[in-house]
Amino acid sequence: MSNRAQKLLADIKNKNARAIGKAISIVENETELCDDLLIGLSESEMPQYLVLGITGNPGAGKSTLTDKIIAHYRKQNQRIGIIAIDPTSPISGGAILGDRIRMMQHATDSDVVIRSMATRGRLGGLCSCAGATVRIMAASGCNPIIIETVGVGQSEIDIVSLADISLLVSAPGLGDDIQAMKAGLLEVADLLVINKADLPGATALFRDLQMLAREKEREITKTIASTGEGVDKLIKQIELLEKDYNESSYILKKREASKKKEIIDWSLEMVRAKLEKNIEHFALTNSDPRLQAKDFIKQHLKDMQ
Amino acid sequence: MVKYRVLIGKPGLDGHDRGAKFIARLLRDEGFEVIYTGIRHSAEEIASVAVSEDVAAIGLSSLSGAHLKFFPDVVSELKSRDASDIRVLGGGVIPDEDIPILIESGVETIFTPGAPAADIVASFRKACEAHQKENEGNY
Ligand SMILES: Nc1nc2c(ncn2[C@@H]2O[C@H](COP(=O)(O)OP(=O)(O)OP(=O)(O)O)[C@@H](O)[C@H]2O)c(=O)[nH]1
Ligand SMILES: [Mg+2]
Repeated sequence: MSNRAQKLLADIKNKNARAIGKAISIVENETELCDDLLIGLSESEMPQYLVLGITGNPGAGKSTLTDKIIAHYRKQNQRIGIIAIDPTSPISGGAILGDRIRMMQHATDSDVVIRSMATRGRLGGLCSCAGATVRIMAASGCNPIIIETVGVGQSEIDIVSLADISLLVSAPGLGDDIQAMKAGLLEVADLLVINKADLPGATALFRDLQMLAREKEREITKTIASTGEGVDKLIKQIELLEKDYNESSYILKKREASKKKEIIDWSLEMVRAKLEKNIEHFALTNSDPRLQAKDFIKQHLKDMQ
Repeated sequence: MVKYRVLIGKPGLDGHDRGAKFIARLLRDEGFEVIYTGIRHSAEEIASVAVSEDVAAIGLSSLSGAHLKFFPDVVSELKSRDASDIRVLGGGVIPDEDIPILIESGVETIFTPGAPAADIVASFRKACEAHQKENEGNY
């Protein structure tokens, strides 16, 4: 490890907000110091931490719920990390990251480490970068670490694979929730949350979900994130599940799978960068692009370091 | 290419965020990653968020006449967090005679109503580029 990386790592462990912010950017942008920093974040020296994934429809109340979960852990004097992920606009490459709006009461609490992150159209999904960010936060003493991501497209599945425990948040009045859940998310989420339990339609949604959840033996918790009602109960469920997973060593298996997914994601990113660079000098032929791709890969993946 | 991250916030008490939202969307459409914090925040909150989010620049909007206090407050809150490299840009209803005072206090640029979108984007881009240059090789 270089001196610079060592200094950065020491500052992260000292909970220096500037250092944590910069370290996450270094990983996000894969700048020069990235690999050096990651050497220092090895799992073996890391304090224990739990990764909570929160996903669900746009507007279901994920950030409001996260805000209340933060408050709960702060009352117990736990330092907590939040990664709030929003999609990158495929047209401009820009993004508006607005989840913080709901969490501003914690803005000056130095033991609440929040980082907004855009998906940036990563080929391998968001696991690569979010995974490293989790470890930066953990090294600074955060536990738990929450990842919020909107439940559309691939990111919801990614998040479930990265999290130790994942929450699927739905709410009445958002359209065809159940259909989306049948499509597989329900299978992989650990806990189901019906937020906005104060709104009409919550009971019907509960009933519908219950039928699906029973098959899968999933708990459903009702919350009103805007007032905090039900959040204590939800956290009890999380703690029960955590205990359960730890005792059965299910968590180890889950983390192993998640590490493998992260490796694949990083690999895809690296391969993509390499291929995009080399295609510039590729001599096109008249054969079908699929066949040319095989040649292209043969030429250029051999020598990947 | 490194993505530029900026924070758009609204210090002070007035509750109009149309201008701030307009700037947020404008910058998003130009490829920036915009952290939007909503309205009614203290200088301390804005500076603290800017540090955690590791932004290159902050855009502040003020319509309430409180810019003379809030914009310089954000600058000094950044300073106290060892983050003076983060650029501060401001916009809103700001009388001409206040502009030199704000610039003097460390605000990089002031936009008044009617400033062309292209100028606003160019200023943010310039601020981010300068920030990146200054930070190259830090850490
Ligand atoms: N009635 C009611 N409204 C709620 C509740 N929880 C959140 N809201 C409101 O729902 C809206 C969306 O809340 P967010 O927390 O931003 O939802 P989100 O899922 O994070 O949204 P995205 O990140 O944009 O997908 C806000 O206006 C909240 O005030 C609730 O329990 N009841
Ligand atoms: Mg949100």
